[in-house]
Amino acid sequence: MKFAVVVFPGSNCDRDMQYAAKEVLGEEADLLWYKEANLDGYDAILIPGGFSYGDYLRCGAIASTSSVVSQLREKAEAGVPILGVCNGFQILLEAGLLPGALLRNKNLKFMCHFEELEVVNNQTQFTSEYQPNEVISVPIAHNEGNYYCDDETLAQLKANNQIVFTYKNNPNGSVADIAGIINEQGNVLGMMPHPERAAEAILNSADGLKLFQSMLVNWRERYVAGV
Amino acid sequence: MKLVKVHITLKEGVLDPQGKAVQNSLQTLGYDNVQEVRVGKYLELTVEDHANIEQEIEDMCNKLLANPVIENYSYTVEEEVAQ
Repeated sequence: MKFAVVVFPGSNCDRDMQYAAKEVLGEEADLLWYKEANLDGYDAILIPGGFSYGDYLRCGAIASTSSVVSQLREKAEAGVPILGVCNGFQILLEAGLLPGALLRNKNLKFMCHFEELEVVNNQTQFTSEYQPNEVISVPIAHNEGNYYCDDETLAQLKANNQIVFTYKNNPNGSVADIAGIINEQGNVLGMMPHPERAAEAILNSADGLKLFQSMLVNWRERYVAGV
Repeated sequence: MKLVKVHITLKEGVLDPQGKAVQNSLQTLGYDNVQEVRVGKYLELTVEDHANIEQEIEDMCNKLLANPVIENYSYTVEEEVAQ
């Protein structure tokens, strides 16, 4: 399986993301500088965390106007799996690929620690290797992780089973304890916690690895004949 | 040239922890009359005048300057005064 990791000016989790996909999962993963990125031929696209464009204007806002995001839209439409983590999630929201927005954390603090998450939807191509309602330990590292959407959108997210991860102890004020959501089509996942930072035991948790394994298993089932 | 003044504010009902912190500080300073503070953004754009200037500003606000999910915007278009 071939992963693309899109790198923006200010991305800082790109190498961690590549490491998780390449070294831990054992698949191919290329770092693609946003300006010359060509997303054709990749089986999945990873949008890493960081501070693209210094979080100017709003987190992810400037990155969401770059031409690589037009490609992302086409790939999303075509059903290619896309995972946005942290700033990657913020970019997907600003680009309108996922509904809602992220506000400043309720306590106005940058928080960087492990959080317990509940896998509330394991019927996705990103979470199928988790048990139903499995509780996992994954680190957060953000200042703007307070997920917000209006009541109507929240009702839709619930009705379509689009809430994938929730916090057990909501650290940032997110609506409905939301830590990660998926699009209606089921191929674009955005989440604030960092599965790539919890991909092997030496990092204090390997709980994030199952997310990458789920992507691989589902890709194999779909595209690799005879597996 | 026109001077476009854009005000961006958080929508009603959207939490503003920053505004809350400012309000608390004001109260610490003794300004007990302050009931609420909402922090927004103010941008000044110098724009070449043309027929569709208002439509263009609306587009800019919707596409980039404001996030319609959480923010409202308003703007005025004024004659730029030479410095």
